[in-house]
Amino acid sequence: MTGQDTVARAAATPGQPQPFSELGLTAPEYQRIRGLLGRRPTDAELALYSVMWSEHCSYKSSKVHLRQFAAKAPRSDALLAGIGANAGVVDIGGGYAVTFKIESHNHPSYVEPHQGAATGVGGIVRDILAMGARPVAVMDSLRFGPAGAADTRRVLSGVVSGISFYGNCLGLPNIGGELAFDACYAGNPLVNALCVGVMRHGDLKAAAANGPGSQVILLGSRTGPDGIGGASVLASATFGEAGGGHAAKRPSVQVGDPFLEKLLIECCLELYRGGLVTGIQDLGAAGVACATTELAAAGTGGMRVRLDAVPLRDPALGPPEILMSESQERMMAVVEPAAVPDVLGICVRWGVPATVIGEVTGTGRLEMTWHGETVVDIPPGTAADDGPVYSRPLARPAWQDKLAGDDPGALPRPSGASGLRSALLSLLGSPGLADKTWVTEQYDRYVRGDTVLAMPEDGGLIRVDEDTGLGVALATDGNGRYALLDPYAGAQLALCEAYRNVAATGARPLAVTNCMNFGSPEDPAVMWQFAEAVRGLADGCAELGVPVTGGNVSFYNQTGESAIQPTPVIGVLGVHPDVRQRLSIGFAADGARIVLLGRTEAEFGGSAWAQVVHGHLGGRPPRADVAAERNLARVLADAAASGTAVAAHDLSDGGLAVALAESCLRGGRGCRVTLPGDAFTFLFSESPARALVAVRPGAEAEFTAICAAHAVPAAVIGTVGGDRLEVEDAFIISLAELAGVHRGALPAIFG
Amino acid sequence: MTARVGVITFPGSLDEGEAARAVRRAGGEPVMLWHGQRDLRAVDAVILPGGFSYGDYLRCGAIARFSPVMSGLTAAARAGLPVLGICNGFQILCEAHLLPGALTRNAGLHFISRDVRLTVVTDRTPWTRAYTPGQEITVPLKSGEGAYAADAATLAALESGGQVIARYLDNPNGSAGGIAGVASAAGNVAGLMPHPEYAISDLTGPGSDGLGFFSSVVSAVTAGAR
Repeated sequence: MTGQDTVARAAATPGQPQPFSELGLTAPEYQRIRGLLGRRPTDAELALYSVMWSEHCSYKSSKVHLRQFAAKAPRSDALLAGIGANAGVVDIGGGYAVTFKIESHNHPSYVEPHQGAATGVGGIVRDILAMGARPVAVMDSLRFGPAGAADTRRVLSGVVSGISFYGNCLGLPNIGGELAFDACYAGNPLVNALCVGVMRHGDLKAAAANGPGSQVILLGSRTGPDGIGGASVLASATFGEAGGGHAAKRPSVQVGDPFLEKLLIECCLELYRGGLVTGIQDLGAAGVACATTELAAAGTGGMRVRLDAVPLRDPALGPPEILMSESQERMMAVVEPAAVPDVLGICVRWGVPATVIGEVTGTGRLEMTWHGETVVDIPPGTAADDGPVYSRPLARPAWQDKLAGDDPGALPRPSGASGLRSALLSLLGSPGLADKTWVTEQYDRYVRGDTVLAMPEDGGLIRVDEDTGLGVALATDGNGRYALLDPYAGAQLALCEAYRNVAATGARPLAVTNCMNFGSPEDPAVMWQFAEAVRGLADGCAELGVPVTGGNVSFYNQTGESAIQPTPVIGVLGVHPDVRQRLSIGFAADGARIVLLGRTEAEFGGSAWAQVVHGHLGGRPPRADVAAERNLARVLADAAASGTAVAAHDLSDGGLAVALAESCLRGGRGCRVTLPGDAFTFLFSESPARALVAVRPGAEAEFTAICAAHAVPAAVIGTVGGDRLEVEDAFIISLAELAGVHRGALPAIFG
Repeated sequence: MTARVGVITFPGSLDEGEAARAVRRAGGEPVMLWHGQRDLRAVDAVILPGGFSYGDYLRCGAIARFSPVMSGLTAAARAGLPVLGICNGFQILCEAHLLPGALTRNAGLHFISRDVRLTVVTDRTPWTRAYTPGQEITVPLKSGEGAYAADAATLAALESGGQVIARYLDNPNGSAGGIAGVASAAGNVAGLMPHPEYAISDLTGPGSDGLGFFSSVVSAVTAGAR
């Protein structure tokens, strides 16, 4: 009736030219689709395969490398669901399980920062909801161009307002993350959003359509022409000529409605409680195409969908646009026929639109009709699981050796007390190390009433059980400078830092998620960086005993030929046995002895000092010592549980000097410190596997015994007290001066 | 008797669980009320919690005031039922004309999530009787449209009538007169922009300074019943 390209017509017109390359498919990929179907695809099928086989959905360039995460995974009794599910699920004891994942929304956040970042939050929250969990907190890992650049002001302000708008309205506390600046991100900001959810063991939901006869229900927003820039190619190439459709071309960025997402969360959780859904999938990238093919492929195998039943915001949309639309705040539920009235009733109560659009079949085919005519008829696994897999060429870049040879040891070091003093103040006032309150004050960290730690603490900490004090800690970390110098080490250093940050709250690290932000996979140098980073992360996780439970790859982060620094962002989740015993970074007790844990070497490659003071990036990054990280984490957990520590802070960017200043400012107390060796090295080196601990007065011997038991070097370097940061033979700086520099930097730039 | 304190859930309410937790911590019995039901279930007091009712896409609270539950609540409030609106709940009470004035965009236009210092101005309402006039407390503020505004005559009447219940020490959002909370002329209806329900423990908040609002109403209700 509408001149749609039907299966019958496709079979009858094998020679009709199709715009596959405009949809991002290569000629061999297009031929492969024809081979799988035994005919040319219809327009709707072509749209479906093009999004399902996109890099974003199919991981076609990364799959061969990501397999290491499973192959090298350490044995873990804690893992209830792993890679391949919407998000990994981890047993934290007490009958509870948590699920968490981090995902990128980089490209949309550059085009339209506010909505791009907002819908990034919305998307990851639905991933967690789809596992059967109640989302309980979010975090954001953000990277922008130089802080002083005019465009950074546009992008950062928009991204922060978008996260604030969406996350606050949704009622999820934002408990931490990162904020970093580098020229390489000027045209490619990184916006990585993490969400964590909690459920009881039995609540885990499957993303599968099982049981012929079960009904397929679309929940949430009506479908509009959001994020379907590609589909307009089809519209103009075919429907325009046929005179059938005239969908307006709109920007390819989606618009978020956090109010509807909040209702969707409460509605889905009520459906779960009632045992009313047998399968559920969120709609994110590739929308209805992805949800239907994945549900069908993971279930009985067949599904019949009436595309004309999908409620539309724009009546001009046809099958290809409906399949590709990335309209937000939608979920797809599989429901046994008898439960449909109850499901629809609960949706009415929550004001969530819900429509039956199809049913599960036993045919093994995914069939879709449009006003009675068949426009899609495919084996769903061919789109969901059997996409192309590429072993792209990789080559260590020619410049890598030259970069490694540019040793920071040749840089002039600060001379004398005044030089050390001004180096610390420069670091504390640099945008990447400055106080982040300008950003974090726009996020609600309290909502839900279970936030125990949030920024500027090392890790976020959420109470799960009010009676027992059971909780979960989370941290995300990444460092593109380290990873550029050595992607294998860079990924491990990011893992180690996130692991250490979780441990610094007193929690025991359990599992890992990752967001791999890289340039074009078609560039062999980028592909080498990616392969090295994945190998480093998989090896590091194996040695630490924490499995990768899921993650996300974002390629094509580059402007022209110039790629971003390789930036693996690693999220670590830990379990805290009793959040009442949490450790804060703040020096909050006068008289506490300050102990430096770990070994300090002269390691300045990729350091904040080299970057901020000299604008230098070269040499070797610090040496990751995974075994030392594990021992350090055990000390921190024991120190928290025994009550011997009153504060702990990990050492990372800016080394001991920055960590001391942060702990003083957080606790509102000064300290007096004597360094055990060369002042410059001890203050600014970034050797990993180190932390500061403030020990409860009287518990020094007990704490020393804990360190000895885990073979962690410990040096008493000073005492908490006063209103100045005093480093013997180096400098004395009042807390007021530190605070002015640290807290004034971002407001001076962003208003 | 145990004070039964109703807590209303509107579509988009976020803080109803924490309001209920605070009531329980103060010795009262929280009773959850649903926006679509007129019946107040014979509660002794009502809290309108924070959140983003209906997404706050129109003026904050402008749609929630037309909820079925609000018709019964308005009559009961005029008859003396203690009612407290926190944050979005304060906005709803202003939209419903149960409290004077309005809440507008923060000075600086950004959402502000911060622990703020307040002075509790009066103990002569059922929501503040546990405090001493002039007592300084710390509670979280988390809002984008929290700047209290009213015309000069209204502000003068609020001040002279003792209807200002709490004031910011360091006005963070540009509120007129630094006003953080007001009460009706009769004193039973109160609105507060900061969130006392998030200040009931030093584990998850800045301390327990906020508990007094909830213990106040519990004691007021039980005293009234005796």
